Amino acid sequence: MYAFDFEKPGSIADAVAALKDEDAQALGGGQTLIPTLKQRLAMPSKLVSLTGIAEMQGISKAGGEIVIGGATPHAAVADGVAGDYPALAELAAHIGDPAVRNRGTIGGSLANNDPAACYPAAALGSGATIVTDRREIVADDYFQGMFTTALDEGEIVTGVRFPVPEKASYMKFEQPASRFALVGVFVAKYADGVRVAVTGASEEGVFRWSEAEAALSSDFSPAALDGLSVPADGMISDLHGSGAYRAHLVAVMAKRAVAAAG
Amino acid sequence: MTKVTMTVNGKPASGDVEGRTLLVQFLRENLRLTGTHVGCDTSQCGACVVHVDGKAVKSCTMLAAEADGAEVTTIEGMANADGSLNTIQQAFQDHHGLQCGFCTPGMVMSASALLADNPRPTEAEVRDYLEGNICRCTGYHNIVKAIMAASGQDVGAIAAE
Repeated sequence: MYAFDFEKPGSIADAVAALKDEDAQALGGGQTLIPTLKQRLAMPSKLVSLTGIAEMQGISKAGGEIVIGGATPHAAVADGVAGDYPALAELAAHIGDPAVRNRGTIGGSLANNDPAACYPAAALGSGATIVTDRREIVADDYFQGMFTTALDEGEIVTGVRFPVPEKASYMKFEQPASRFALVGVFVAKYADGVRVAVTGASEEGVFRWSEAEAALSSDFSPAALDGLSVPADGMISDLHGSGAYRAHLVAVMAKRAVAAAG
Repeated sequence: MTKVTMTVNGKPASGDVEGRTLLVQFLRENLRLTGTHVGCDTSQCGACVVHVDGKAVKSCTMLAAEADGAEVTTIEGMANADGSLNTIQQAFQDHHGLQCGFCTPGMVMSASALLADNPRPTEAEVRDYLEGNICRCTGYHNIVKAIMAASGQDVGAIAAE
């Protein structure tokens, strides 16, 4: 790692101020950022830890939505929403491994927007709202491609609001070495329709599969997806799987998710 | 340099660290607690697992400065007060849960975190929990057996393979 200064502010306001310095970088749980720094793929002048900010921790409910603080670790989400949003809890409970889940945070994952991460699928599939230090961004506007989001320089994900669906499930086909999603599909049925979000597959990062959403909104059953497929063009193709393989997996995992959601 | 102060294995510990100093470096190089190992240095192998405020974390993927004020437990803090092996450590010895021993500190720390959370795990739950701890000698079987035994369950039915 290149040398950097370290700050651990106690409030969102102090963190925003600390991030105004040139080349300052926010640090969530560090489960992606620290390995990135070790490889010298980034050279921040200063890391501003968000883990000491009490107002960014924890889970609450407001107006039919679950509100999760941006610095809440995956393990706390897995425990905290098991009753209210089991599909989200299950997703959180299968990110990385137990030690990673004790450090990695939902805000960090969403800010990074890894194309194979799980949380982007939950946020987009739930039509969540990303809350930052300065505004609210709906998930449909937030994710803008691989490792790209609507966040401005120095903007912090302070929390996420998830509308609770009637039914939902997330099915992940793991890349066996990294445990990231080779393909992951999040399906959520709301009163006004079904949302289907796919991670791991596309070169554009997480995306909604609108054809499947339309089919499932009229008939929420695995059979409703028969004959539907996503084009292999634009799918990630690497040593772990070809674009055609990933495209095929999207439909398979979507069907499994619908079956599991019941 | 920044001064950090934490409680390690029940005793106060402090030292000057750089922003980039990892918790595992602070433990091994400043405190000379070399039981915590660095295997892969990429947060995959789990040889560096310690407890921070009661939670298992990979100390190669946490900055020392992040642990300022925390309660840290390493493998050196696991033995009984009289120096004898604790239940989990003894079970690893009894059931041959190690060969070269490099992964063992992390395995014991993860096992301890698991049993604190889930005192009587199933075999599947043990295997699932060890997802982030890699052993290249044993094939895991006797590690799983040792953890099941440490939880007070009868492991006679789990045959060595």
